This record gives sequence, C-alpha cells and structure tokens, in this order.
Amino acid sequence: MTAIDAPEARQATPEFEALALRQERRRGFLLALPAWIYLFLFFAIPFGIVVVYSFATRTSRGGVALSAWNLASYERLGEDIVRNVLVRSLGLALLTTVICLVAAYPFAYYMTTRSTRVRNLMLVFVMIPFWTNFLVRNYAWRLILAEDGPWNTTVDTLGIDSVTGWILDLPSWIAPDVLVGWMADVPEPLFTKLAVVLGLVYSFLPFMILPLYASIERIDSSLFEASRDLYASARQSFLRVLLPLSMPGVVAGSILVFVPSLGAYVTPDILGGGKEVLLGSYIVTQFGTARNFPFGASLSVVLMIVMLTATIGYFRSGGRNL
Amino acid sequence: MTAAVELMGITKRFGDVVAVDAIDLAIEDGEFFAMLGPSGCGKTTTLRMIAGLDFPTEGSLKIFGDEVGTLPPNKRPVNTVFQSYALFPHMNVLDNVAFGLRMQGLSKSAARASSVEAIELVQLAGMEARMPSQMSGGQQQRVALARALVNKPKVLLLDEPLGALDLKLRQEMQGELKRLQQELGVSFVFVTHDQEEALTMSDRIAVMNQGELLQVGTPEDIYEHPANRFVADFIGQTNLLEGTVEDSSTVCLANGARVQARSDKAVGTSVAVSLRPERAHIAAQGSVDERPAVDGVVDHMTYLGNARVYRVRLDWMEVEVREENRPGAELHEPGTPVSVWWDPGAVWVVGDE
Repeated sequence: MTAIDAPEARQATPEFEALALRQERRRGFLLALPAWIYLFLFFAIPFGIVVVYSFATRTSRGGVALSAWNLASYERLGEDIVRNVLVRSLGLALLTTVICLVAAYPFAYYMTTRSTRVRNLMLVFVMIPFWTNFLVRNYAWRLILAEDGPWNTTVDTLGIDSVTGWILDLPSWIAPDVLVGWMADVPEPLFTKLAVVLGLVYSFLPFMILPLYASIERIDSSLFEASRDLYASARQSFLRVLLPLSMPGVVAGSILVFVPSLGAYVTPDILGGGKEVLLGSYIVTQFGTARNFPFGASLSVVLMIVMLTATIGYFRSGGRNL
Repeated sequence: MTAAVELMGITKRFGDVVAVDAIDLAIEDGEFFAMLGPSGCGKTTTLRMIAGLDFPTEGSLKIFGDEVGTLPPNKRPVNTVFQSYALFPHMNVLDNVAFGLRMQGLSKSAARASSVEAIELVQLAGMEARMPSQMSGGQQQRVALARALVNKPKVLLLDEPLGALDLKLRQEMQGELKRLQQELGVSFVFVTHDQEEALTMSDRIAVMNQGELLQVGTPEDIYEHPANRFVADFIGQTNLLEGTVEDSSTVCLANGARVQARSDKAVGTSVAVSLRPERAHIAAQGSVDERPAVDGVVDHMTYLGNARVYRVRLDWMEVEVREENRPGAELHEPGTPVSVWWDPGAVWVVGDE
C-alpha cells in the first residue's frame, strides 16, 4: 500500500488531505470508466470517422477516397438548395420548440400544485407514449390525419374549414402569407408542414414537460406568496419570480426539444410524406441514394456543431441559475 | 379608536380539519402583539389570513376598519416577514427590497432611494449588491425585514422570524425588532412558539391551542393569572396540584390536604393549583408553621449555578422547587423528608376552561 498507511501521514496535514483527495478522484475515475469506454467507442470514434469523411472526396463510383483532403463538401453548404433545407429545418424546429414550451409550461406548473399522488399519475400519463414504438406512434398519427380520419371529420363537423377559409380570404396585410399557408393545410393536414409540426410537438412534448416540472417543483412556493404580499399581481409574480427562476428548465426543455426536432427524420418522412425536405432526410439521402458520403458527413458535422453550441449554451446559463 | 386588525368569528377549515375556530381578536395600532402556541395551534393560519395568503371560511376580518376578508394579498396594507425569509434568490439585496415599491408603480430611482434607506435602517448599509445566497441567516433576516418595512405597511406580520437563528443572534434580533417597532410605531404581529420570546418582546400575547384562542393579555397577566390549565403549563414552568374547590378561598388537594387559594370557580369544580417552581420553597419537615405546605421526600437536585432545582416526591405527584443560590442557603440531600411551602398569594387556581 501507499504512504497512507504510514503513521506520520495519518495526521490531517495539508499533504495528507491532498493525497486523500487524489485517491478519491482516482476511485471516481475508475467508477466512471465503463461509461467513458462506452462514450469513446460509440460516440467519439464514430464522430471522428464522420469528421474525417467530411474532408474526403467522393469517387465517381460513389465511394470515398481517403486521400485527396479538401473542403469541397463544406463549400456546398453555401448552395441555395442546401441553405433552404437548413433554414426550413431551423424554422420548423424553432416553431416546434415554441409550441411545446407554451403547451408544457401550464401543465408542468399545474402538476407542481397537485398532491404527490396526482403528480405521479400525471407523470405516468406523460411517460406512457414512450412504451409504444416511435414508428408505430407516427403511423397512428397518419391514420388520425388521413382523409375521412378523425381529424378530417372533426374539422368538417365543427365547420372549422369555413373559419380557415374565411382567414384565407382576408387581405394579405391582415393575414400574412405564412399564416395563410398554414391555415390552408388545416382541412387536410396529412403530408404538409402542419402535420410535421403536429407530429414533432406530440413526440417531443414530454421532453419539455419533465425538465420544466423539475425546475418549477424546486422553487420554494413561499416566493410566490412573498411576491403577492409585496403587491405583485398574479401576472407580475409569474414574470418576475416564477419565470426567471424556472429558466433552467425552460432552457433545458427547449434544447431537448429543439435538438431532436432539428435532426428529425422519421416524423417528416411519415407525416410530411417526404414532400418537405428537412435536414434529417437530406442527410439520409446523401448517405443513401446520392451516395455522397463526404457531403452527408459535412452536413452531420454542421448539425452536430449547432447542437453542441446549444448544449454548451445551456450549461453556461444553467450554471448561473442553478 | 379603530383597531389595526379586527377578527370577528374567524374560522378556517381545511376539509374536515378546523385550523382556526371562531376567533375574536382586536390588535391595536402600534402594539407589539404575539400569537403564541404549540405547532399546529392555528397561529400561523391566523397570520396568513391577515396577510391574505389564506381566506377565512367564516367570519369577518377588518384592517383599520376596512373589510378585507377575500382581498388578495397585493391589495392589503400589510406586509409579511416569512419564516423562511422567502428572499428572491435571483435578485440582489437592493432589488429584493425595492420589489414591493416597484410593484406599486414607483419609478426605479424613487424605489432605489427608499430601499437604500430601509437597508440602512436594518444596518446592512453597503450590502446592496450582495445576493441572498452570499449572506448569513441573520443578514437574510434583516433583508426580509427591510423588504417588508420599506413599503410602510400599516401592520407588519412576522411568522416565526427568529426560528432559524442561533441563540445569540436570536437575542440580538429580539432587541432589534423591538427597537424597530418602537421607532416606527407600527403594529407588529408576531407568531412564535417560544413563550420566553413572546414574554420578553410583546405588549400583549394571544395564547392559542388547537385552533382556539385561550387568553389575550399582557405578558404579566398571562404569567400571573393564566386563564386555564393549558396556559399555566405552556407559559413558563409550573406545578399543577390537582384538587377540588371547597369554597372561595380553599382548595382540597388530591391527597385530602386543604390549602388556602382564592378562586371564583363553583364549589366542587375540579381544578389545579398552579405553583411556580420559583415561588415554592423547601424546608425540613415540621419546620413550617401557618403557611400552606405539602410534605414529601427530595428525589433529586439539579445544580444550575444561580439556583438549585429540587424534585420533590409527594405521595401522589412530584413537584419542582427552585431555590435561588443565596449564601447560606440550606441544602437538602436526596432522600430527606421535607415540606414544600409557599405564600398564600403565590398560587393561582386554574380550571379546564
């Protein structure tokens, strides 16, 4: 054994404490070793390969030449078609995130005000969809949104299409083109952007609810009482106390929704019918039909950088608030 | 004169549980008023109803004559110092203190000026930029006080504000609170379970138990003339000698001994004679004449430095006697037969009601 057994080192000298701390750290490292190995094998190495490929050249037969290193794949990112895919994907991911945030916040807050029993029940309801395969759930939405499906019949029975039709007829300075575009899809949403956003919101809502709930639940409820006692209205209490204190949850939830929405492949494919090309399917195409591995790799690297930036941003802001 | 706070028949039920049971109470303007009782007695619920954080199930609640029964807390001229302080962790001291004024629509600069003054008042000048997490418990307590007082409330409500502090700081803050209250002339309503704290600080005390208001009075009233068995036992220490009223000036104790004790209770009522340890004396058996006394045997003695506390076993109960540690005070070893005696005016008769 080491010096730790020597009687003179048993005293709590600074040297001894430093030694103990080092040993503690070494033990911690050993415990984390399996996880480190896993991350290295299944994240670091594959990602390294992707990075290497992104600088390689596509051969005329669709293979990869690991010799002539260049930035050609990255230069292609400036092309209009690629930029459109990126902008569209970012837009849809952002919209999905905002809708999730607005829908999840009241739900998460309501949960924190209930008894433990009701809370747990609500948590179970949030988690239940995870017990069903992701693909199956997306196909279920396809049935719901299909012609003569439940969505279609509901819209017809309630006469919602006449409302959307009315909005469509408004002059464009009242109803902007974007809104009109979305409204036009309401009666028959399948294979439109509307269906994609619906599907994404449905899939990722739990990822917003859980961190929001965790962060709101931690806030001492006497803080709201104090703000009400100090002449704040309910709205001011929300804006000045609840919202700032739940910011770590808002940021965490937003990243957890934004990141997978940005790279989503299954939902846009099944519910969007592949009509709207988004980043996820674009990358798949490059590795698949187009057989352009270097370009697919460069797109993946860009996606990864966006996600890492968002995550680092989260830890930065989270570090301040927690 | 209108009372600062007036409760008439205030009842609060949570489901089947009656937290506060038909309380009538008037708190005067400018008084230091304590609500005292064991935990769960309804004192905090009563305070929360005055603050507007809970609404009464029944009854009328007036602040300076205005009915406020169901007004939300932001519409009431009162402020609260919370037990946990409830400082906003994302704001520095200055923003915490300025919060109430900003919410009332004051400009940033006006709110800032008054807040700096309030921070000075609680002796934290120079700490405006600190975050609550960087402050000690005692300092956070002062910030909570400044944050409430800066709004110039007509009544300041304090919910066990000293509970989390250690003894030394507690005593310091007790003095500080009393000083602030006298300086500002505002009524302070102070909830505590610490009877000593209530006795030293308050102008008047309300003693509560199980949702009921048992007695309201000055500290002296409550200590000298407790309304019933519970109050006598809860405030300070006492020996309750069980007995029945024989006539207006005699109580027959459980062992058959008759002692002189005035009471206005009906003849035959079962009562207890409250004998405070410091009012009882101890002497060798047979040496007591004329004065009321009971005989027993010393069980053990605790030496406190400034006093000795004897536990004396009577044939039907034990009593505690506190003898000041005067030079030449007689010592009584455990096992010695002794008499516990007192002056006829030193006891007080209490009943159940």
